[in-house]
Amino acid sequence: MLKGRHLLDPTDFSPGELDEIFDFADQIIQSPAQFNHLCDSSILATLFYEPSTRTRFSFEAAMLRLGGNVVGFSEPTSSSVAKGESVADTIRTVACYADIIVMRHPKEGAPRIASQYSPVPVINAGDGGHLHPTQTLTDLLTIRSVKHQLTGLTIGCCGDLKFGRTVHSLIKAASRYPDNRFVLISPKELRVPDYVTADLATKGIAYQEVERLDDVIGNLDILYMTRVQKERFFNEDDYVRLKDVYVLNAEKMRLARQDMIVMHPLPRVGEISYDIDDDPRAYYFKQAKFGMFVRMALISKLLGVS
Amino acid sequence: MLTITSIKNGIVIDHIHAGLGIRMFYQLGLDKADYSVALIMNAASTHMGRKDIIKIENNVDFDVTMLALIDPNVTVNVIEDEHIVRKVKPELPERVEDIIKCKNPRCITSVEKYIPQVFTLVNRELGQYRCQYCDEIYTVGKD
Repeated sequence: MLKGRHLLDPTDFSPGELDEIFDFADQIIQSPAQFNHLCDSSILATLFYEPSTRTRFSFEAAMLRLGGNVVGFSEPTSSSVAKGESVADTIRTVACYADIIVMRHPKEGAPRIASQYSPVPVINAGDGGHLHPTQTLTDLLTIRSVKHQLTGLTIGCCGDLKFGRTVHSLIKAASRYPDNRFVLISPKELRVPDYVTADLATKGIAYQEVERLDDVIGNLDILYMTRVQKERFFNEDDYVRLKDVYVLNAEKMRLARQDMIVMHPLPRVGEISYDIDDDPRAYYFKQAKFGMFVRMALISKLLGVS
Repeated sequence: MLTITSIKNGIVIDHIHAGLGIRMFYQLGLDKADYSVALIMNAASTHMGRKDIIKIENNVDFDVTMLALIDPNVTVNVIEDEHIVRKVKPELPERVEDIIKCKNPRCITSVEKYIPQVFTLVNRELGQYRCQYCDEIYTVGKD
């Protein structure tokens, strides 16, 4: 039963519950018009304490396509947050007006605080460099649609694995499916946090940490590219030094298998060359569309209207 | 040679890793004690080389599991009539609130001060705890 639940961490829902969401997303993809009035009279609040284009648009578009309404802010300066209001108080107030809340926050764990004070479902739309569970739903739905399975995959994650919340979430969620293994490709400075590898080690899941993409790209079923995020660095020099370490281009794609797919949570900056956009293995824009459908399914399930 | 008399009734916390005694002293609030307390730092130890010891001349009641969060290898000796009547090896608690502070500057607890700092034990062998909010790992005796 997903009605009334929060989604803060990609493992908050069991694989069976995720399947329920993915199955419903598939139904929406098949005939979206059929669900145009599913959320009539419901209100989604989008609290974005940090800039976002696709996640916020995707949530708002999802709610509007379900017939619901949207309120919220896209930057904290235009809300009472600028006056110093706490997360707890903002949430208790917003929950008086909205049926479901989506929150993005630069501080890690903020949506968990929100959930502790909210009588309505809270969805984590990204908290600092920590987690981004709805991107993970998007990623898993994309993989399921293309590969027709979520098991037995070699998943390469490349780029900023330290602050890349989409990567942390994906590893956490995909490690629950049998026989998946992970290849973590990053410079030493941007390796995944200890808690991520500690989890993999505890569960006995195979992973390797490498620095060169060329050496491993031929072994991958999925290559998940990420952007080195300027906003996560406290030191500008470190960002400049690391931002262009990995660039996926046509030359590197020649080393990859024909059935490998390239994913990216977007936006990209320079880590994927435009010359591979037309490669049939490039899935990042299709992935963005899956994002809206899976959010439609998620909202419906949490509101209990599906 | 430094001489500190033995205590008649009270508690001796022994085998504290050298350097951690003072942290334990403050964590137990002993800086505010109105009874006799001794913090011995860098005492010679056959097994440890150097160790810290805390002697408390009073039957104080405190949560010994909390000591394990600072140093899991300590021994708590309960003294009655100048004799050790009980030795306790504290165990790491499953959940701790407002004892460990999250060191992640991006954690929400760094700005929203009304939130309790909650950590849960994830690996007893390695003494690893995880912040409930940001998943940052705290390793006992290292952080």
